[in-house]
Amino acid sequence: MAYDKFTVLKSTAVPLPIENVDTDQIIPARFLKATKREGFGDNLFRDWRYNNDDSPKKDFVLNNPIYGGKILVGGTNFGSGSSREHAAWAIYDYGFRCVVSSFFADIFKGNALNIGILPVQVSPAFLEKIFLAIEANPKAELEINLPNQTITLLATGESESFNINGYKKHNMINGFDDIDYLQSMKEEIASFAKAK
Amino acid sequence: MKFFLLTIDICKPFQKFLNMSNKPSTLFDKVWDAHVVRKIADGPDVFFIDRHFIHEVTSPVAFLGLESRGIGVMFPEHTFATADHNTPTINQHLPVEDPLSANQLKALEQNSAKYGISHWGLGNPKNGIVHVVGPENGITLPGMTIVCGDSHTSTHGAFGAIAFGIGTSEVEMVLSSQCIMQPKPLKMRINVNGVLGKAVTSKDVALYIIAKLTTAGATGYFVEYAGDVFEKMSMEGRMTVCNMSIEMGARGGMVAPDETTFAYIKGREKAPKDEAWDKALAYWKTLSTDPGASFDVEYTFDASDIEPMITFGTNPGMGIGISKLIPRAADLKGGISTYEKSLNYMGFSEEEPMIGKKVDYVFIGSCTNGRIEDFRAFASIVKGRKKADHVTAWVVPGSHIVEQQIKEEGILAILTEAGFSLRQPGCSACLAMNDDKIPAGKYAVSTSNRNFEGRQGPGSRTLLASPLVAAAAAVTGVVTDPRDLL
Repeated sequence: MAYDKFTVLKSTAVPLPIENVDTDQIIPARFLKATKREGFGDNLFRDWRYNNDDSPKKDFVLNNPIYGGKILVGGTNFGSGSSREHAAWAIYDYGFRCVVSSFFADIFKGNALNIGILPVQVSPAFLEKIFLAIEANPKAELEINLPNQTITLLATGESESFNINGYKKHNMINGFDDIDYLQSMKEEIASFAKAK
Repeated sequence: MKFFLLTIDICKPFQKFLNMSNKPSTLFDKVWDAHVVRKIADGPDVFFIDRHFIHEVTSPVAFLGLESRGIGVMFPEHTFATADHNTPTINQHLPVEDPLSANQLKALEQNSAKYGISHWGLGNPKNGIVHVVGPENGITLPGMTIVCGDSHTSTHGAFGAIAFGIGTSEVEMVLSSQCIMQPKPLKMRINVNGVLGKAVTSKDVALYIIAKLTTAGATGYFVEYAGDVFEKMSMEGRMTVCNMSIEMGARGGMVAPDETTFAYIKGREKAPKDEAWDKALAYWKTLSTDPGASFDVEYTFDASDIEPMITFGTNPGMGIGISKLIPRAADLKGGISTYEKSLNYMGFSEEEPMIGKKVDYVFIGSCTNGRIEDFRAFASIVKGRKKADHVTAWVVPGSHIVEQQIKEEGILAILTEAGFSLRQPGCSACLAMNDDKIPAGKYAVSTSNRNFEGRQGPGSRTLLASPLVAAAAAVTGVVTDPRDLL
């Protein structure tokens, strides 16, 4: 119930070739003060995106109109640091539905999957190819095919497969979430708790 | 019904077979396997949670989720709320000035009251940082599974618990079903043998390991810390080490419970008493890794190689021995452009010494180093000296109980004499959600856990270190080797 279904996504991508992008960069702690899940996209990458006087930093990729799309491509170890789901909310709220990297931090990856962002882990070599393709042509499109578990650079047809467990894949394709699942097994949980 | 195609329940006889097998087992396996409600084929385990901590920042949206789904809290007695992340550290008796923070604190109070959850809000004598108050009140116990919407929940692993941080969707799962969906991580053991040198603390051990493994070196793993150094370490020290597990990407870290653990727990308010204590103790004594049990990865380090540590960059893996020079990018793994970006942000260059660098702020506190042992260490250097005039120091206890200990042990008198003042408990400058922000461009020696860009305030520059290194910086005004002052 929580998010849109995800099957095949064809889109241009925004390149962020920085390693170890931590959740404090994705959304600084001072913007975690809401009690509702609203408006986090405005503060996505806040301190890389805006100066102290709130004017946009021209050299940051989100402020460059050449780049856009529903896919964010980051350097290795994307999403390290805090468990704040707000980082995933900010990425989703900004309009991304997929993050591609050669390595993801554990908690971020789980949070992303739980709210309907697909984390796609590719080889370092394929990540480099994606960055080069976008550098050569910012309108280069990627296709993420979740049922087939493939990511393809449409300009060249180069493709790689990615891993996702069957349970999460099924959930994302159907827009189900874990809470639906857990609610369906409350009696089993109650008897487990009683036996402990 | 839609899920049934994907799930295979492990039938009871098979479960029994698993438990009865004589295969050597790790501490982690013993605790994990005892909490699996259901195994999903090609998916995560449905994992039962014994203790759930919540705070004001990552819980409100979870409660909204419950409301929008029309579901309740399954076991409110297993969840504990405390306010810590955005609370002010002065004038806590006054209304919180920042309306957004005040709103989150009110939401925590109201949600806790509505669902019957224990709440230690601002002003409550039990209030403090969630990872300080859980252990000190006996809520955290060996063999438990413990989660909180905070990555430093790994702290509680010091007691031989499986403890890790979760996102808000998972907070909602725990509230509504006392379970989360979790793939079982791989297992890593880190041994540190030998004897630690002068002024080398648990924080230095943690920063050393992270520097060796890098900030992503343990991603996908759950760590057991073993060997002489951890066996001899106090509970406070073990909590510091386990706390920092997430900084090398590990979901959590744990230490097998022993007499040190049992002595710490005994008599604490919510710890088992009398017969329940005897029963619990018998179980806790089974919680260690069997000889011959296997790990996916194992590292062994020598304690004598570790010196007081300090970070020079923008992730916790960028740490060096305090007497060393900042490494050259060419000598490291990883991207050179990212390394240069990091040094630029810090205003440092390759091959510079850290010793002697000017320090503007010193912060002692946080869930990493906000316990009584940390303030004793800080005071051991500060005693008889004066705070450097140009240094602003924030001394922030992890809880009211720690604050009380600081007063009773005479540490406050030492601090006051040296020109320091004591603030009130909270997360404070660790993540700068309240007013305790390091200004742009300023250098802070901090006993907290993260030196990310802007972590302690926009533009702030953080040098992570132990309470001893922090104290040495506070009294000299520059990065100083604490071994020279002891």
